[in-house]
Amino acid sequence: MPADLSLRDRFKQGLDAPICLTWELTYACNLACIHCLSSSGRRDPRELTTAEAKRIIDEMVEMQIFYVNIGGGEPMVRTDFFELLDYASSQNVGVKFSTNGTRITAENAKYLAGLGYLDIQISLDGADRATNDAIRGEGSYDAALQAMEHLKNANFGEFKISVVITRQNAGQLDDFRALADRFGAQLRLTRLRPSGRGVDTWEELHPTAQQQRDLYGWLVNHPDTLTGDSFFHLNALGDPIDGLNLCGAGRVVCLIDPIGDVYACPFVIHDEFLAGNVRAPGGFAKVWKTSELFQELREPNSAGACASCGSYDACQGGCMAAKFFTGLPLDGPDPECVLGHGETALKAQPVQLLRRPSGDHSKPIPVALVAN
Amino acid sequence: MSSSSATEVPSFDVAKGWTLSPEVAIRPEKFGALAYHYGNRRLVFLKSPELVTLVEALSKFPSVTEALHANLAPERHASYARALARLADSEVLVAR
Repeated sequence: MPADLSLRDRFKQGLDAPICLTWELTYACNLACIHCLSSSGRRDPRELTTAEAKRIIDEMVEMQIFYVNIGGGEPMVRTDFFELLDYASSQNVGVKFSTNGTRITAENAKYLAGLGYLDIQISLDGADRATNDAIRGEGSYDAALQAMEHLKNANFGEFKISVVITRQNAGQLDDFRALADRFGAQLRLTRLRPSGRGVDTWEELHPTAQQQRDLYGWLVNHPDTLTGDSFFHLNALGDPIDGLNLCGAGRVVCLIDPIGDVYACPFVIHDEFLAGNVRAPGGFAKVWKTSELFQELREPNSAGACASCGSYDACQGGCMAAKFFTGLPLDGPDPECVLGHGETALKAQPVQLLRRPSGDHSKPIPVALVAN
Repeated sequence: MSSSSATEVPSFDVAKGWTLSPEVAIRPEKFGALAYHYGNRRLVFLKSPELVTLVEALSKFPSVTEALHANLAPERHASYARALARLADSEVLVAR
């Protein structure tokens, strides 16, 4: 048998279809989280129609993509949300969808519990109201917990509570765990990226070096915590955390955005990482298999500035999106490199080179008119 | 992706017949294949094309031993029997 390492090398060369396909159904959202990776808020008039969305599900069947991660925006605000869910279900395509919970009612929770092949992730970014609402907006904590109550009462089973780790909530891991236990839910922790509106808030939200070390220790002690494979940059601290442990962008991972644009990963909504559009002839399969960008990402990459570091094999240089949006070279250290190389690189930049995401669907900020 | 499975390990008897679970779909890949179990929702990697061929051939043979003999050189039987045992452990294979 080839060893696991060679399997990882095979993954780096790309697969015939993604393992982890994220599909954002809409840019519309009734919240305005300050770290939103897709700068969501307003619906885009070019969003895929119901028929086009169903065609994507058909392609998943053809490509044997066994399950899809649906997000947004808030996917449940799409009027055809349940229709698409039913369609995927009937085609045996598993759905895991992320929601802020505001649209989960006692009634539709029962319906969701009846669908066999479905996972739900409720987003929550603080174990208490104040911490959560500072990031996700007033009322969002209560709405998320209400949704969890509904799912519990409907006997949905083990849903997921999905937390983006920030400086403000990194000390609440045990509280999140207790909350998950209370609802019979599974805890999922993921990494904050400087993507979308996160470009402007990453600086004040991303965990400190000490918090990263504590998080690593906590994850090692709680191996049943889900992480979406997002913390592999922490592996330079010791034994690897369970997961594929590589940047899967364009290799085993990609994003289909609400207008059908295909990006290398959900955290790089930027023209430089746009591979094509599902509306073009050949559909999604053609983009996945033949786009120039994805071919490039599947080439062996150089360790660059990290080549002399003994931990490169463990951390693989970290997250491409985190480097890109903080202006660091893609073949250098991650801005949150646990050995401090990223911090040094950031300080060495003559000017802060923050890159902006290509699209912005944020709702306009109301301007107060002052009569004089 | 690879959750532990300490509970309910089925005993893997190479003298018996095994087959791919009806709840599992196989997707061929250059390295071998992905196996997805619709019941426990686990994704398992079949790490070589020979393993994929073997798994797909299992149902045609009355026992694992005979499937191994028909498909692989003797020196590889032990390691492939172990790989099959792991697949049985993940419920990718079921006893007939």
